[in-house]
Amino acid sequence: MIEVAHLTKRYGAQVAVDDVSFTCEPGTVTGFLGPNGAGKSTTMRMICGLTPPTGGHATVAGQPYRRLPNPGREVGLLLDASAQHPGRTGRETLALAAQLLGVPASRAGELLALVDLSPAAARKRVGNYSLGMRQRLGLAQALLGGPRVLILDEPANGLDPEGIYWMRGLLRDFADRGGTVLLSSHLLREVEAVADRLVMIGKGRIVAQGAKDDLLAGSGTRVRALDPDALRHALAAAGLAHSPAPGGALLVDGDAEAVGRAAAAAGVVLLELGSRGAHGLEEMFLSLTNGTTTPEGTAR
Amino acid sequence: MTVTAPAPTGTPIAATTPVRPISLWRLTLVELRKTADTRAGAWLLAIVALLAAAVVVVIITAGDATDLTFPGLLAPTLLPAAVLLPVLGVLSVTSEWSQRTTLTTYALVPRRMRVAAAKLLAALVLAALAYAACLAATAAALPFADGGTDPWRVPAEFLGRAGLFLVVNVLLGVAFGTLLMNSALAVVLYFVLPIAWSILGEMVTALHRPAEWLDLSVTSGLLLEPVMTDRDWARLGTSAAVWILVPLALGLVRLHRREIK
Repeated sequence: MIEVAHLTKRYGAQVAVDDVSFTCEPGTVTGFLGPNGAGKSTTMRMICGLTPPTGGHATVAGQPYRRLPNPGREVGLLLDASAQHPGRTGRETLALAAQLLGVPASRAGELLALVDLSPAAARKRVGNYSLGMRQRLGLAQALLGGPRVLILDEPANGLDPEGIYWMRGLLRDFADRGGTVLLSSHLLREVEAVADRLVMIGKGRIVAQGAKDDLLAGSGTRVRALDPDALRHALAAAGLAHSPAPGGALLVDGDAEAVGRAAAAAGVVLLELGSRGAHGLEEMFLSLTNGTTTPEGTAR
Repeated sequence: MTVTAPAPTGTPIAATTPVRPISLWRLTLVELRKTADTRAGAWLLAIVALLAAAVVVVIITAGDATDLTFPGLLAPTLLPAAVLLPVLGVLSVTSEWSQRTTLTTYALVPRRMRVAAAKLLAALVLAALAYAACLAATAAALPFADGGTDPWRVPAEFLGRAGLFLVVNVLLGVAFGTLLMNSALAVVLYFVLPIAWSILGEMVTALHRPAEWLDLSVTSGLLLEPVMTDRDWARLGTSAAVWILVPLALGLVRLHRREIK
């Protein structure tokens, strides 16, 4: 369980994070989305007590992070995979953390196996690791204390497609067993496949959040008809707002059933009918990246 | 609250070991381990040991010192440790910032003052270990020296002061590292400061007297003299307060406030 309430961070006149609130429930994966510099990492560091917030507060497992007596046993963190000492071997990095957390040293080996770092790789110094290997090591370190909450900042960076697929499975499995996952990304596709909930942030402010399915459904329906004019009339008659889309299709502000019924009532032959899906979300996301934050009424 | 769902195969998630707070002792052990488990740390420790051994051997074989006593041999043996252990003390604090492992350290132990305390304790343990090694080396070498009338006579008071000599130096390193949070800056300053004092002290006569009280490299050297007067202790105390306590206090304030990225 992660609860974030009105977190705000100002650096002088610049507002890095502006009144951000969201909740991550046990059993869910929350995707924290936003372009680079949107305030994702700052928010995560504030949750973990590394960055003092200007305003607001956050709790993890019911307590402010800094009050947790042994935080590594409650919360697994991976804030920056490259922030490891290059002169330490992978195994030593985990063994050190295991000693600190008070878990058996044998867990280091178990987790190395879990994240698929071979014994040979574990004996190498982290300075020789690729970014993908560092991500795996960082994930192993995050899981070391047997936490119920995971907070991961851009964990897919540097992983190959197979690694990304593997990580999704691991996070899904973690959440399905009652764990809470918060992971950030600047790529919508990356989190779409694993997240149950999305929190989208731009320029420090939340622009949309909610269940992924709702956010996707909320973004309208794409429909294409044999006779576009007839379809337009039918939609107008049913009171459904619409706009033209590429390929002679229309984007309709309504769900597929409403559009289908309107078309059927007017006897219009449909060639295509479906949720606009991630396209809508992606457009919103891109507009964030371009700096024009225009949430399309999807915030809930 | 625990994860009640049955753990599927192959994924060790919820650990069975009970969750206990991290004790200061465990934290200190971890900090000690950190000083030795990187290549830089291991080399530095090895060099300290090698230099100490070399000093003993050189003095015994090449030295024309007659009347070589235990204190007389111990003092030079301590010097390599006294010069290099502070560097280790500096690095134990600053390398975390330069390698950004602070992100892990202070996430796992959010109470930053505890980490600082553990680093201080670890430095003290390191100084104690180095001291024990120097004592052993001196004791091992003394029978081969052309000793005087009573080479084994060691005043307990001197032994205490010799140990304090190492402690003062190590603490100086940790204090500089804590304040500056930057390896290069702290190490350079640690080495340059005594030189600056001696150069300035010679050039500017007005600085002669302040240097007597403020140049820690001189006042800490008093600890290895056969006798220390009350005035000597006052000089040491003053310079230690200025160069150890003040930087340490300011550094802790800085650590408390700093954003960790």
